Amino acid sequence: MQKLGDFKLPHFFNYPPYFTLQPVRETREKQIQLWKELILDYCRTQKIFIVRLEEEFPLFSNSVIERTLSHEAREAFLSALVAEGRAEWLDKGRRNCLILWHRIQEWADIIVNFVKDNGFEDSVMTVEEIRSGIESRGTELHGIDRTILMRALKLLEQKGKLAIFKGTSTDDEGVKFSV
Amino acid sequence: MSNFFSKAEVTSSGRPVLLHNEVECHLLSAVDLEPEDHRHFSLLKSGLLILTTHRLIWLPSSSASTPTSASAIPLAAISHIFSSKKSLKSVFHSPRIRFQVLVSSDGRVFDPSSGSGSSSGSGSRSVVVTAVIRGKGDCDGFLVKFWDSWRARAWETTKISSSGSGSASGSGAATGIGGGLYSSDGSVRMVGVAGILRKEQEMWESTDKSLQDAFQDLNALMSKAKEMVMLAEKMRQKLLSGTSSQTSGTNDEDMGSKEEMQDWLLSVGIISPVTKESAGALYHQQLSRQLADFVRIPLERAGGMINLIDAYCLFNRARGTELISPDDMLQACSLWEKFDVPVMLRKFDSGVMVIQNKSHSDEEVFARIKSLVTKPEALRTGISPTDAAMTLGIAPAMAKEHLLTAESKGLLCRDISPDGFRFYINLFPEIDPCNMYLVKVPWKLLF
Repeated sequence: MQKLGDFKLPHFFNYPPYFTLQPVRETREKQIQLWKELILDYCRTQKIFIVRLEEEFPLFSNSVIERTLSHEAREAFLSALVAEGRAEWLDKGRRNCLILWHRIQEWADIIVNFVKDNGFEDSVMTVEEIRSGIESRGTELHGIDRTILMRALKLLEQKGKLAIFKGTSTDDEGVKFSV
Repeated sequence: MSNFFSKAEVTSSGRPVLLHNEVECHLLSAVDLEPEDHRHFSLLKSGLLILTTHRLIWLPSSSASTPTSASAIPLAAISHIFSSKKSLKSVFHSPRIRFQVLVSSDGRVFDPSSGSGSSSGSGSRSVVVTAVIRGKGDCDGFLVKFWDSWRARAWETTKISSSGSGSASGSGAATGIGGGLYSSDGSVRMVGVAGILRKEQEMWESTDKSLQDAFQDLNALMSKAKEMVMLAEKMRQKLLSGTSSQTSGTNDEDMGSKEEMQDWLLSVGIISPVTKESAGALYHQQLSRQLADFVRIPLERAGGMINLIDAYCLFNRARGTELISPDDMLQACSLWEKFDVPVMLRKFDSGVMVIQNKSHSDEEVFARIKSLVTKPEALRTGISPTDAAMTLGIAPAMAKEHLLTAESKGLLCRDISPDGFRFYINLFPEIDPCNMYLVKVPWKLLF
């Protein structure tokens, strides 16, 4: 079994046609589906939140069979993720993509559970503490992408579960829970 | 008294009219010409004696009392020239030049140009003529030149003298160097570079003229052609009107003559307007059948499928003359579906058109492709159009069409890389996206 770091790659990763964008509709749909799953899996396990199309992304090349996804192919697969709501384009030029292997709602739920698990229902924390505090270690929140975290927090704020307030600097943005 | 000498022609301004190629060599003034027998013939007194390459010409001076016409002695008639005797007597006398002249039967100077017999024939007698030079000219020089001219016998050369040595070598050269561009009869001589240029010029002018004449004919032809085209148009209109008004049952005769007319129009290159309505003009029908027969053998050789363009080239080459246009070819092929012929025209998605046997089945080809692409080596590295071509026994371009068709049916999928364009058996359907690591296909063995 081939590996990319500690990630287990599926067998079809060595099937050369997998790396050529297929023109026949049915075949292409299957191909896109497989790539979507693979990208999400990989990002989830490797905790990758942003994929930059013009940079080396290990998943997009296979040196064993000497194949690399073309830019067109990369854009096609990521656009499919965006259409499904599992990713977002960060720029108009579609060069950077935010991967939501958890949807924002899912993240929000994770935060709520985190708060409940640690008894922070009425506490105040900084945003940074949520991502990298001692309590977050071992949880999915640890090392979460700031943009995603903010989006999830804002969603919770809309629901009245917390309030975000600015501190003396951006790093000091704080949250008052009222879960 | 009659003139002993031959008459010399003179221009209105008193200049002698020279013969073709005749060139003046020397002049002496105030010369008397005395024929030996001056009892019967008059003396020529005090005239201008001109030595040319062909003659001795004597011109009367304007002050001569007796109006005598110009005279000439052809050098050809001279049989001998006496050398000058320097004696005591000659010191006191005017210098004399004496020469012997052949005379004809009438006693006058024999004129070889008169055409009466050969020069050696009738002129058997000779008479001595003395030229008395009373003027101040260079007598000795004249004599030398006289000798040279007489010996050179320029009257015997017929070819046109070209540039020749320009310098006055003093020999009174027989090849004319004097006289310039214009010869004695007024026509332009072809001398030197100017001559070459002039010849070219004349050639161009004559070509131009003949071209103009040719175009006159062409203009006439074109006006006739216009009439022909108008006639053809009228016939075409008649044909069109004929088919639209088919209320009365068309009898065979009408149809026959109409078809004849269509054929005739086609043969002069005019497309029949009724082709689409009828089963196609007779011409195209015949062509269609002929093509079906012809294409059988190339089709076999090509493995059952041949590119339309290749078939077109082969067909025309076989015909030799009366080549058909691509349009004719297409029409002929399109008619096949109306007949019972074993061939058909097929258009691929890519736009490529081929002729194939009706018995050709895609399924059979796919089966062969599948067996090719599931071989162990092909499973790992796929196949190229060339590999397929070799297995199927057809041209690579045709093979590629088949592979693309198989791909569109989901049998194959493509792999594009710097290595080229290859096809693999399509394994995507075998993969379960929900269970990607489940090994249904023996991937491990393959990859």
